[in-house]
Amino acid sequence: MNSRISAIIAGIGVASLLSFSVAAGTLDDVKKRGVVRCVVTTGLAGFAYPDKSGVWKGFDVDFCRATAAAVLGDANKIKAVTSTGKTRFTKLNAGEGDVLWRNTTITFSRDNGVPLRFHGVNYYDGQGFIVKKKLGVKSAKELNGASICIQTGTTTELNLADYFKTNGMKYEAVPIETNDEARQNYVAGRCDAYTTDASGLAATRSTLTDPKNHIILPEIISKEPLGPATRHGDDQWSDIVTWVLNATITAEELGVTSKNVDQMKSSKNLEILRLLGVNELSGRKKLGLSKDWAYNIIKSVGNYGEIFERNVGVNTPLALKRGLNQLWNKGGLQYSPPFR
Amino acid sequence: MDIVNKSQNKERSVVSRLWNNKDARSVIIQILTIALVFAVLSIILHNITVNLAAIGKDFSFDFLGHTAGYDITFSPFLDYTSSSTHFEAAIVGLLNTLLIAFCGIILATIIGFVFGIMRLSNNWLINKIAYCFVEFTRNVPVLLHILFIHGIVIQLPVPRQAVNFIDSFFLTNRGLFIPKPEWGPNSWIVGLCFIISIAIVFILRTWNKKQQEKTGVIYPIFWISICIMVLFTLGSFFLTGMPLTWSVPELRGFNFRGGVSVRPEFVALWLALSYYTASFIAEIVRSGILAVSRGQNEAAGALGLTKSRTLQLIVIPQAMRIIIPPLASQYLNLTKNSSLAIAIGYMDLVATIGGISLMQTGKEMETMIIVLLTYLVISLIISAFMNWYNRATALVER
Amino acid sequence: MNDKDGQNKMNNIDHQSLTPPRSEIGLLGWLRKNLFSSLSNTILTVAAIGFLLWLLPPLFEWAILDSIWMADSRKECWAKMEVPEGAACWAFIKDRLGLFVYGFYPMDQRWRVDLSFILLICAIFCVLYEKLPGRKFGLMFAIAFPFITGWLLIGGFGLELIETDKFGGIMLTLIIGVTGISFSLPIGIILALGRRSNMPVLKSLCVMFIEFIRGVPLIALLFIASTMLNFFLPPGTQFDLLMRVLIMVTLFSAAYIAEVVRGGLQGIPTGQYEAADALGLTYFKAHWLIILPQALKISIPGIVNTFIGLYKDTTLVIIIGLLDPLGIGRASLSDAVWAGLAKEVYLFVAIFFFVCCFAMSRYSLWLEKRLSTEN
Repeated sequence: MNSRISAIIAGIGVASLLSFSVAAGTLDDVKKRGVVRCVVTTGLAGFAYPDKSGVWKGFDVDFCRATAAAVLGDANKIKAVTSTGKTRFTKLNAGEGDVLWRNTTITFSRDNGVPLRFHGVNYYDGQGFIVKKKLGVKSAKELNGASICIQTGTTTELNLADYFKTNGMKYEAVPIETNDEARQNYVAGRCDAYTTDASGLAATRSTLTDPKNHIILPEIISKEPLGPATRHGDDQWSDIVTWVLNATITAEELGVTSKNVDQMKSSKNLEILRLLGVNELSGRKKLGLSKDWAYNIIKSVGNYGEIFERNVGVNTPLALKRGLNQLWNKGGLQYSPPFR
Repeated sequence: MDIVNKSQNKERSVVSRLWNNKDARSVIIQILTIALVFAVLSIILHNITVNLAAIGKDFSFDFLGHTAGYDITFSPFLDYTSSSTHFEAAIVGLLNTLLIAFCGIILATIIGFVFGIMRLSNNWLINKIAYCFVEFTRNVPVLLHILFIHGIVIQLPVPRQAVNFIDSFFLTNRGLFIPKPEWGPNSWIVGLCFIISIAIVFILRTWNKKQQEKTGVIYPIFWISICIMVLFTLGSFFLTGMPLTWSVPELRGFNFRGGVSVRPEFVALWLALSYYTASFIAEIVRSGILAVSRGQNEAAGALGLTKSRTLQLIVIPQAMRIIIPPLASQYLNLTKNSSLAIAIGYMDLVATIGGISLMQTGKEMETMIIVLLTYLVISLIISAFMNWYNRATALVER
Repeated sequence: MNDKDGQNKMNNIDHQSLTPPRSEIGLLGWLRKNLFSSLSNTILTVAAIGFLLWLLPPLFEWAILDSIWMADSRKECWAKMEVPEGAACWAFIKDRLGLFVYGFYPMDQRWRVDLSFILLICAIFCVLYEKLPGRKFGLMFAIAFPFITGWLLIGGFGLELIETDKFGGIMLTLIIGVTGISFSLPIGIILALGRRSNMPVLKSLCVMFIEFIRGVPLIALLFIASTMLNFFLPPGTQFDLLMRVLIMVTLFSAAYIAEVVRGGLQGIPTGQYEAADALGLTYFKAHWLIILPQALKISIPGIVNTFIGLYKDTTLVIIIGLLDPLGIGRASLSDAVWAGLAKEVYLFVAIFFFVCCFAMSRYSLWLEKRLSTEN
C-alpha cells in the first residue's frame, strides 16, 4: 500500500520535473496563427489609432502591416494589442504580442535591463513641451514652478526630472497613464504644460478643439530614437523585423514605391532586383521568408517616405516635417544597410 | 491465475479497509493534497525559470538600490528626489497609501456615523435623504465615484482665477492651498503645556469617576475639561509671546507657493473613498444601534437616566460591540480600494513601485511580490488588532 | 380576553366614540408627528427642504427638462441649449449606445448577444421563481446557461468565431459578473468546508488561500492576471486575457463567499451534525443533505451581498485595458467630437450599475425577511 502511495507521489514529482518542449519560434507561431500581433499605443493620432469602424491605422500600424505583408503575404492580417506606456514591455515579454511597434525610445537599460531586442529607428524624435498661448511662455526655461503632465512609464518622465534638475528649476509632476487622459488634464488646466515626444505633441495638438491656441516650445530636451522591439531569444524573428524596416527605407532610397513596384521588377538596378526577389538574396530561406516578401511590403504598404507622408506628413493634421527622418543622402538620418 | 486473483483481492480489501478507516483516510487525503500542491508549485516554478531564461531575465531585488530617476511630487513625509532609489520610491508610495487610508478611515467614520444616525431619525425627510444617499452610493462602483469626483475637481478654476477666501485659502484645480503654521523658538513650551493639560484632565476624570461611584454626584466634567485645556494652551501661548507665524500661500508664477497644498488627486480619492465606505458604515451603525434591545432603553429610563446619558452609557457601548467587527472589515476594504489611486494619478504603493518602478526596471515579478506582501502585512495587522479588540470587549457571561 | 371584555363594556354603555383630534390624524397629523414634533426637528426639516430645493430642481432641469437628445456633436448639442453646458447632452449616449451595450462585437452577429440576454433573463427567472412548474429542469438550464452562452458568444461548432477582445460594454460586465457568480459559489463552498475540515493540511491550505486573496486588492490580482500569468504556464502557451480575468475574479469572490458560508456553517447547531452521524450518514451525504441546505439558507443574504460587490468590481477591468461600460465611456470621451461630456457618461454608467445592484440588494432584503419569518 505504502509503495503505491509513494509511487503516485514519485509519479507526480517526476511529472512536475519533466521539462516541457521548448516553444516553437515566433515565426512558426505567427504562420500557424495566420496573424501578426503588434503591441501598439491605446491611441495616438497619426501613429496608432482605431478609426470609426475599429480598424487600426497610423504610422506604427503601417509598419505592423508591413511585417504581416512580409511574413504572411497579406498586410491586413494584423492584430493590434493595445498597451499603456507601463504595460507595453510586459505584454511583449509575456508573449501577448509578437512585436512592439509603439513609438518606443531605444535606451541602454531597456535594451539590457527589461530586456528587449531593438531593430533600428523608424522615427527620430525628441521630447518637447506644449503650453497654452495665453500663458505667455516662450521657452521651457520659463517653466520654473509649473505643473507638468507626463505619461508614466516612459523615458519622458526621466528626461523631465533630469532637465529640471540640471537647470535648477522646480515643477509639479502630474503622472498620467494614457495620452488621452493627459490631454484631458492639460485641457482642463490641471497642468500648465504637457510633455512628450515632439511627434506626440503634434498628434495631441491636432486633436484639440482649438489647436491655434497652443504652442509647442522650441526646446527639445532629449534624443528619442523610436523603434520596434522584440523579445530576447528569437534571432530569426528579430532579423525579420530588422529587415522589414530596412526594406522600406531602401525602397525609398532606390525610388521604389507602391505605384511603380511592378515596373521596377524589370529594372536594371541589381539592388532593386535583389530587394524585390527577382534575384536571390543568400540567407533568405534561413530567415523563413518567401521570395517576394519585400515586394509584398512595398506593394501593399509602400516605402518609408510613403508611410511617413500618408500618416504624419505635412499634408496630414499632424503636419510633421521629415527633418531628421529624411534619408541620409537628403540631409536626414534614415539609413539602411544594403541588400546584398 | 488463482494466486494472482487472490492477492489482488487481498490488496483490494486492504485498500478498502484503509479507505474505510477514518484516520487512515484522512492521512491519505492529506498526503495526496500535499503532493498535489507541491507538484503544481514546482511546475509553476519550473515554468517561471524556463520562461525568464528564454527572454534573458533574472530574478533579483538589486534594482531596489538603484536610482529611480523619476519625480514624485506628492511626498509629504520624506524628502524624495529623482536621485532617490526605487526602495525610497516604494516607501513614499507606502506612506501615501497609509496617509490616504488613515484620512479616509477618519472621514468615512464621521460621515458614516452621521448618516447612520440620520437613518434612525424620527424626522421622515432626514431619514429618507439619508436612505437615498446610502443606497445610491453603495450600489455604484467605487471607481466610478473616484473618477467622477476627480472629474469635478479638475474642472475647478485654474490658479489665476482661484476661489479666494480671505486671501489665505485658495481653491484651484491644482489643489486646496491653506496657510501653514510656522512655530517660533519658544513654541515647545506651548506644546508641553498642552500635554500637561491633557494629563490634568485625565486625572480629573478618574477622580470624578471615583467620586461618582462614592457619592453619586456628577460634575459637568466635559465642560471643565475643555476649559482647562483651552486655558492652559492659550495662556502659555500668550505668555511665550505668541511664537507662531503663518506662511500664507501666494500666487507666484504658475502656482501658489508657501502654505500647505492639498493635491486634487488626493482630495478626489479621499472624498470618494470616504463617502463610498461611509455608505456601508452607515448601515452597520444603524443595524448596530437597532440591535440594542428596546428593553435596555426602557430599563435605563426606569433608572432615571437622561436621554443623552442613556445613549452614552447604555446604547453606544453595547452597539459598539456589534459595530466594530464589520467596521474593521470596511476599514480594510477602504485601504485596499485606495489602490485605485492609479486611475487618477495619486502616487500610492501600486502607482510607484508597482507602476513606474516596475516599468522603468522591467521587474514585474519582484515589484508585484513587494506590492502583494505589503498589502498582506497591512491586512494582517488590521485583523490582528481586530481580534485583540474583539477579545478585549467580548461579553463576559456569568 | 380582558381586552374583549372591556370593549364589550364600552359598547354596552353605548358611548359614542370620539374621533381623534384633527391634529393627530391625516396629513396634518402625519406631518406633525414625522416632521415637526419638536423645535430641533422643525429646524432639521426646514434645512432638509432647503437642501432638496437647492439640489433637485436644477438637477431635474439639467437632466431632463433642458436636455438635448438629438445632435451629432458636442458643439451642436451645446449650440441648441440656452446656456452652453447648461444641460445634459444625451445625444452622446444615444450615439454610442451600441458601443455601450455590445462593445466592439460585429454588427451582423449581435443577435447572439441579444439571444444571450434573453437566455440570461430566463435563467434568472428559473433560479428565483420557486413556484415554476418543472423547476428542476429550469435549474438544470440555469446550470448549463454559462456554457451555452459561452458557446453562443465566442462561437465555434457552426457559429462564426468572435475574438474576446471584441467584447465590451454592458455585455462584458454581465459576462464577468455571471461567470464569477456561477463559478465562485461552488468553489467558495468547497473552500469553506475545507476551512472547517479536521484535516490540518487541508484546513491550513484553505485558510492560507482565503486570507491571501482577502488581504490583497483586486487590481493587483488583475494586474498579475494580465501580465504575469503567462510566465506561470509552459512556454508558448497562449491564454486568452478575458479567460485569465474571469479566473481571477472567480477566485477572488470565491474567497469572500467562503467566509460567508463559513459563517453559515458555524450557525448550524452541533446537534444537526450529531444527528447526521447518528443516522450513519457519510461526510458527503451529511453535508449534502443536512448541513449545507441549512447553512446556505442562512448565508444567502451574505452571498448576494458578495455578488453585488463582485458585480461592481467588474469595473476594475478597465485598469488592465478591457472596456466595460465605464471604459467605453472614457474611450468615447477621448473622441474630439464628443469630448467634455464626462458628467453624462458617468451618470449613465452609474444608473446602469445602480439599477442592477439595487435590484439584487432588494432581493436579498426580501429573502432575509422571508427567512426570518419562516424560522
